[in-house]
Amino acid sequence: MCGIVGIYLKNEALNPELGRLLAAMLIEMSDRGPDSAGIALYRDPVPESSCKLTLHAEGRYDWNSLQKEMSAHLSADVELAVHASHAVVVATAAAADLRDWLQRQHPELRIMSAGSAIEIYKEKGLPRDFVRQFKLHEMNGSHALGHTRMATESAVTTEHSHPFSTGMDLCLVHNGSLSNHNRLRQKLRNEGVDIQTDNDSEVAAGYLMWRLREGDSLEAALERALHDLDGFYTFAIGTKDGFAVLRDPIACKPAVMAETDDWVAMSSEFRAIAQLPGAAHATIWEPSPATVYTWGQ
Amino acid sequence: MMTAFDLNADSVRALNQALHDSPAGEYSVANPGGRHCIACGIDAAVEVSIDGHVGYYCAGMNKHAQVTVSGNAGPGVAENIMSGSVRIKGNASQYAGASGHGGMLIIEGDASSRCGISMKGVDIVVAGSVGHMSAFMAQKGRLVICGDAGDFLGDSLYEACIYVRGSVGELGADCIEKDMTAEHLRGLGVLLDEAGVDADTSEFRRFGSARKLYNFNVDNADDY
Repeated sequence: MCGIVGIYLKNEALNPELGRLLAAMLIEMSDRGPDSAGIALYRDPVPESSCKLTLHAEGRYDWNSLQKEMSAHLSADVELAVHASHAVVVATAAAADLRDWLQRQHPELRIMSAGSAIEIYKEKGLPRDFVRQFKLHEMNGSHALGHTRMATESAVTTEHSHPFSTGMDLCLVHNGSLSNHNRLRQKLRNEGVDIQTDNDSEVAAGYLMWRLREGDSLEAALERALHDLDGFYTFAIGTKDGFAVLRDPIACKPAVMAETDDWVAMSSEFRAIAQLPGAAHATIWEPSPATVYTWGQ
Repeated sequence: MMTAFDLNADSVRALNQALHDSPAGEYSVANPGGRHCIACGIDAAVEVSIDGHVGYYCAGMNKHAQVTVSGNAGPGVAENIMSGSVRIKGNASQYAGASGHGGMLIIEGDASSRCGISMKGVDIVVAGSVGHMSAFMAQKGRLVICGDAGDFLGDSLYEACIYVRGSVGELGADCIEKDMTAEHLRGLGVLLDEAGVDADTSEFRRFGSARKLYNFNVDNADDY
């Protein structure tokens, strides 16, 4: 069992409130996932000439030195903001170059996300501790996904936590379990997709990355996922400008969606959505099985 | 006298304990907020009206009580209902009325997948449509669907009876359409009246078990 939440703000006046709203939803889903928590947040998109990466380090880390080193080696302007065990780097460089350099020079760092707007934070432990550690209440943004994890298929660690980044500005959270992830992981690795853990959900994320790389639209990739992924799933997928939801054809993993003039939200359970302003009068529905839902672009 | 609970202030446990301790009476519940197990395990002729959306297992194991939800219900509403009635004024999520033994569940909106799964005597009236795998392995009781039914309706049915007014997707294993006899028309009319749902009985089709699966073949008794 896991908990998924997602919120997309239609009313930009609410953008400063995004972190606070997400925190309330995430904490409400603690019973479904007390092992670890994570979010993908979309905010402050950087210009095309720049890129934004979220990095994770175990234990204490000298982020200041990293910033200087990065700046010198890449001859780029580098801004770095530390959030607990994570740091967001904005650099006047191509994401691929920055990623290559980091992987070569700093293999001890984990790259959580790359893109222009996405930031990913995840950590093991209770959602309420995560919210406090990362000062979620202070975070702004246009839309976000969150996940509370109760592990079934792999270990409880930060790197096994969700969301999993699936390419530039893309991420995925999953409630359920995939039964063909071992074979699919091998296939994806043969296709050159970098999969870092033995987590089944990361395979779903890798699968989407592969399909998008092959030229599928997000909708087409999700339609194809219905054929290629075997198991139980409710997925929420974050994109630069919106989010998507998909449930497997059996649809025993719950999902509920709601919409008002101000926001669109999805969650494993209504009680997370009940935390949002105006939820009592929202239009509420259950997403149909094997149907792709998308918001934004 | 009406006893009022506000779940923003009172716990679900306190509400349920009060309902379990009460031989009769009327209760109102405000701000359910999608919480789980609201009004579960009642064993008395109390009346409970809940104003808002409820989470999992609302009115589970209900006996004698009348529970009304002015909102939507999460998964497993009225699961294992024994008697009394549960009315959902909005939509219900998956496995509504699962394994219910008696009483009546009325859903004024739509019900999701697996509505009435393994029902054992409960009557379920859905004014809207139901999702896939409804009445899976249903053993006894009646499921009335005033709208449409999703795929695999009545898979592996035993003696339960299904009435559908709208369209039906692919039927489940061993589920077949049967004649709508005068007896069934009469019974359905009474049921719809009791549920307070306005629908013309002549528009319904009946589905039941073909009784061809393993358990219905007497020769298989020799296997043991």
